[in-house]
Formats: sequence, structure tokens, C-alpha cells
Amino acid sequence: MRWCWLVVMLVLGVGLSTVGETITLTVTARAVRGGVNSALVEWLEDRVFPAFVEWMRSQGKDVIVNFIQFGGSDEALKQQYALDLKVGRGADILGFDGFWIPEFDAAGLIKPLEEIVGSQVWDWDGWSYIPQGMREILGYRGKVYGLPIGTDVRVIFYRCDLFEKAGVIPAGSGLRWQPRSWEELLNTARYIKKVLPDVIPLQINAGTEMGEATTMQGWFMVLLGTGIHMYDFETGKWYGMHPGILEALNFYKTVYVDERLGDARLQLIPGARARTFELFRDGKIAMLVEGDWFWRSVLAPGSEWAIPNRNEVVDWAMMPAKEPGAGYRGQNFVTISGGTGFILNPNTAHPQEAWALLSFAFSWEMQMEFQKIQPRIRSRVDVPVIGDPVMSEMAKALLPYTTVRPMLPGYPKISYQAQLMTERVVSGQMSPEEAMAEYAEALKSIVGPESVIVLQEK
Amino acid sequence: MKRRDYVSILPRSVAFAFLAPAVLFLATFLIFPVIWVLVISFTNTALTGPAGTSPSFVGVSNFSQLFNFARWMRLGEFGNALVNTVIFVLGSALLGQVPLGLAIAMLFHKRRGLSRELVFSLATMAWILPGVAVAFAWIAFLDKDFGNLNAILSVFGISKIDWYFDFPLYSIILFNVWRGTAFSMLLFSAALGNIPPSFWETADVIGASAWQRFRDIIFPLIRPNLFTALILVTLWTFNVFTPYLITGGGPLYRSETVSMYTYRIAFKFLEFGRGAAVAVIMMSINFILATIYLSLQRRRSLYGR
Repeated sequence: MRWCWLVVMLVLGVGLSTVGETITLTVTARAVRGGVNSALVEWLEDRVFPAFVEWMRSQGKDVIVNFIQFGGSDEALKQQYALDLKVGRGADILGFDGFWIPEFDAAGLIKPLEEIVGSQVWDWDGWSYIPQGMREILGYRGKVYGLPIGTDVRVIFYRCDLFEKAGVIPAGSGLRWQPRSWEELLNTARYIKKVLPDVIPLQINAGTEMGEATTMQGWFMVLLGTGIHMYDFETGKWYGMHPGILEALNFYKTVYVDERLGDARLQLIPGARARTFELFRDGKIAMLVEGDWFWRSVLAPGSEWAIPNRNEVVDWAMMPAKEPGAGYRGQNFVTISGGTGFILNPNTAHPQEAWALLSFAFSWEMQMEFQKIQPRIRSRVDVPVIGDPVMSEMAKALLPYTTVRPMLPGYPKISYQAQLMTERVVSGQMSPEEAMAEYAEALKSIVGPESVIVLQEK
Repeated sequence: MKRRDYVSILPRSVAFAFLAPAVLFLATFLIFPVIWVLVISFTNTALTGPAGTSPSFVGVSNFSQLFNFARWMRLGEFGNALVNTVIFVLGSALLGQVPLGLAIAMLFHKRRGLSRELVFSLATMAWILPGVAVAFAWIAFLDKDFGNLNAILSVFGISKIDWYFDFPLYSIILFNVWRGTAFSMLLFSAALGNIPPSFWETADVIGASAWQRFRDIIFPLIRPNLFTALILVTLWTFNVFTPYLITGGGPLYRSETVSMYTYRIAFKFLEFGRGAAVAVIMMSINFILATIYLSLQRRRSLYGR
């Protein structure tokens, strides 16, 4: 029975060593100090972590908090998470994109907060300031998986300096540009192409290289302008063939193939998105459809593609529907929102401490600290957008028009098919009709023919 | 042929005991994974989505999807990747590395001095440097606006060429020739060194031309090495993944080879079932190539040169 003693001693040893043990928590997200999403690292490492460690110490607990910087693409991060979670590893708190939730949940890789922390998760007083719509950003089927950093909207960003140089806006007039239809938007692009031949007039995301950025900043922004969404929320079916899809694809064809108002090559090369940021910063792109992230995190002073005099040379306009009133739900203008945030890793060894850190970061004080570094639309209603009138104006103008992606496990695959469809059109491989037929076929094999809408007439 | 009976110095059981660790090792790390991949290839196993928790048996549908001839030559489909791979292997291994390696070896045969050391060192460097580092160097080298190659060409009045966009497959072929020529070069250099000096002296005496020397001395004597180089280089080139770091298989999947395709399906789409099906096909091709190589190797060792 000697081994029995060995076990007892081992258990004792482990037990003793946990008393007064320092807990290490790790957080990761797509953020690098001085690089992509730098503000997030600054906020966490400089404000949240020190305050949290202090607060825990006052309760007699020693914690160390580390942030693991991830500099790859969103797609690469998703890949990393899937692999980490499958083998039961990964950081305690994960920066997560809301639309990944259904896919990961269906595979059992993530769990709702309640299951990881216990029902005491609802004791947190912050919940009363996070409205239902915000909770759904990192939610699925009524369960909440994490806390959203905030939501966003998408607009057309344009270079005022180029617009003034071309004469679209009278120099020094302070006037703003706002197209009312696709035709007006295209006419501006045509005019810029004529007057400033060295400038790419309009870049609207297409192709698989940009991943979800194509679906959100490109495909949805055009498609919603034709009056439909990718998914019909009433019948629970996907639009496979529809005149709206064809109109949207023809818009792409006009921009990239027929009139070359945009540079198709720029959409297809490796590192395409970073390249568009660079060209917009350098004044080589006049109009770029992007999310408000582009304003507050890409171009903001101190960011990777900073424009020092951003507020003077960059302005924004709402994306018009094809015709006034022809947009989704009969709107004149369209936009779509997504959101990222933080979830708890179900494999965490310290669920209570991890939740303590997460809820601490989302306390009013810490969220206000975040607003000082990077003002934006936050998930807490008691945290206003401060210090950036452009950001608050954007939110105010566009939140009434916004919609969201369907939170379904099949969405990411269908999103890829939409990216592929735009790629086939802008590269001239296929006509819009052929690309749409291929898309409908792919949809049928993903969700089954009964869940695909095939409509020839409006 | 008759098997020779060796006098055994160990009892059979002891011999098996000595073999056991190696067999166990092979079984754990080679045979079991291969069987596992084969099993998975008949399921819809995926890392995310509903198939992540409850994968099901889907028969041969992963394979029939790969060989759906109505669409398999579309950019981004399996057929396209297969054709790209064939062009890549033919271009970079059979037409590139092996002849170039042989040419360099012959050029510097029986020569010593700085030029030989320089060429051999540079070629070997290209071969042994880490893939990630050379990939970055090549991205810079062939860049449209700032690349060295276009800068050099512009001296001759040639306008900027968008290598990675207009010639992605040729670009990675060129890269792979540069990258792997050293192996053939070293192999042939050693083979040439093994040719008895008397052969060259005889050739000198009878006044053989360069072509006659190649046809009657070099070619017959290095034929086995030539064959080794062709098969091994084909095998490696077929599986090579470094070009992914340069073009990512793009643009529009025009430089996507089968190994990149497998990676995309299995590790970017996280669909292990479909990825395994491609892997099974890749393994079969490798297996055929390796069998040819080994059987010829064996024949050679049995009959001698």
C-alpha cells in the first residue's frame, strides 16, 4: 500500500500549494500595441489590469493578468480559437466577433456565461445598463456568451481634400457631400475619374481575400440598397436568386469591370484590406465604404494608418439605396451593424476570477476610461460617446437604419459564398447571372434547397 | 531470385523484441494517423458548426464533391488545384531544378576557385534558409512597385510587370527553382566526382567532343542519380507549402496547389472531413511516386550499377 501514501502526499502537496497561490489570467484579442486595435491594448494593459489587480489585492487575492497580442487577420484568429478550444486550451478571456458565436456554440466549443460562472453572473449590476439588443451581439438563442465592446455602423468615407481638388465640393465652403442614389454616387466617381485620373474614385469591398469585410462593408451595403437582405427573417430562408442580387452584382460590375471606377486588383491581392487603408491614407482612394472602426481605429491619430489631420481631410456620407426609398424596409439609406466583445473560455481554470475581470472591465469607470482612449458607441447606455462629435453624429444618423446578420451556424459558409460571388464578378470570371446561379447552387448544398428563395421577378 | 538464408545470431523472439519499439513508433505516428485520416474522410467532421459535436458518416460524398466534373475546374476547386500542381511540379522540378542543377554541376566540374565556391554557397544558402524568411524576400523581390526585379527591368526600358497578379503560378515556379536547385546540384556534383578519371583521359586521347562526353560518359554513369533526383524532387515539390507564404494561392486561386487546397479546406474552413478526403488523394499520389522510387532503388541495389 505504499502507492496509497504517495497519492495522499501528492494531494496534500497540491492542496497546500493552492493556498495563497497567485492566479494568472490571460486575455487575448486581435490587437497589437502600436498596430491594429492599439487602443484596446492600451486600455486593458494601462488602465483595466492595474486597477483590477489592485482591487483584487484589496480583497486578499493575488492575481496576474496578461494580454496576449494577436496581429493576424480576423480569419486567422478564428482559426486559432477553433483549434485552441477544441483541445481544451486557450486564454481565459477571448476577444470574439459576435457572428462566430452560433457556429462555435453548435460545435460545443463555447458556453453561455451562466454555465461557466453559475447563476451569480446575473448579480452584476452592470446588466441593467446593457440593453437586450446589445446583449444579443454576443448572444445566441436567448443565451449570453460575453460582453460586447460596442456596436458599429458602416458609411462611405471620402477625402474632402480630393473632393475639393476635383471640384465636387467648392473649396473652403465647408459643404458636405451626400449621394441620394447609386446613380449619384457613380456620377461622383465618374467625375473624379475624369478630373483626377491618378486617384481610384471608389473602392467597395469584394472578393474572398477580405473575408467578412467583403460581406459587411461591401456586399451587404450594396444588397440592402436593392431592398433585400441576405436572409428573410420572416420565412427563415436565404435569398439564392433574386433581382436584387442581380442589381447588386451589376453595381459591382459597373464599378470594377465596365467603368473601372474602382481597382479590382486591389480587392484580390494578398493583404488587400491593409493596402486599401494605406492608399486611402495616402490620398490615392477618394471614396471607401468602411465601418466606423476605420475612423476611430485605423485613421485615428496614433494608429497604424493614422492621418494626422484626419478631421480636416476625411468626411463621411451615408450609403444610399439604389433609388430613394428602394432600400431595405423602404429606406433611403442603408447600413449594417456587427459587434465584437469578450467571452469567457469554457476551459478556464478560474471562472469566477475571469468573470470578475470581465465585469470589472465593463464597469462604468473602466468603460469611461476606454471612451477617453477611443470614443465610440459602447454597449452600456450610461456611457456616452465623448470627445468625438463625428463618431456620435455617425451613430445618431445611422443606428435607425441599421440591421444585423442572421445569427445562424450556417452564416459564415454562406458569407464566404457571397464573397466568392462578388469575386467572380469583379474579376470578370463570370457574368452576374452566372455568379448568382452558382451562389444559389452553393446555398442549396449548405442549408438545403427548401431553405433557399429562388425568385426571378420582384 | 533466391532468398539467401542468413544464419541468425538472435532467437526469433528476441529479434522481435528489438523491433518492437520501432514498430510501435511507426504504428503510433504513421500507420494510425493514416488510418484515422482515411476514416475521417468518409465523415463530415468539422471543427465548428453542428458537425463539430456530432459528425456523421457521409459515404464517398467528400470524394464525389472533389471529382464533380461539372465544376471542378472552376477557380478554387480541386481540379484547378490539381492542374496547377502538375504545372508547378513540371515547371519547377522537372524543367527547372533538375536540369539547372545538372548544368551547374557540369559547369563547375573539376574546377576549383572563387566562382565555384560562390555559386555553390549561394545555391546552398537558398536551399537551407528558413522558408518564412525567403518568402518575404521574394514578396519584396517581385513586388510590382518597389521590387528589385522590376527595378532591374526598368533599366532595360521594360515597364512594370505585376508578377504576382498576372503570373502568380510562374512566379512561384521561379521561386521554387531558385529555392531547390541546390539539391540536384550537390547530387550531380558528387556523381560527377565519382566518375573514374581514366574515362576523361581516354576521352581526351580519342578527342571526344563535349556532346560525345556527355552522351557516352556522363549520361550513362549518372543515370541512376538523375532518376533519384527526378523522383525525389517531384515528391517534395508536390508537397511543398512555402509558396503559400508568397501568394496565398491567389489571386483568385490561380496559384493554388493541392497542398494549399488541403490547408484551406481543413484549417481555414475547418472542415476536417473534406480536408481528409483531399489528404487521402494526396497520400495516394505520394504513395505511387514513393513506390516507383523505392522499387527502382531496390532493383538497382540488387543488380548493382
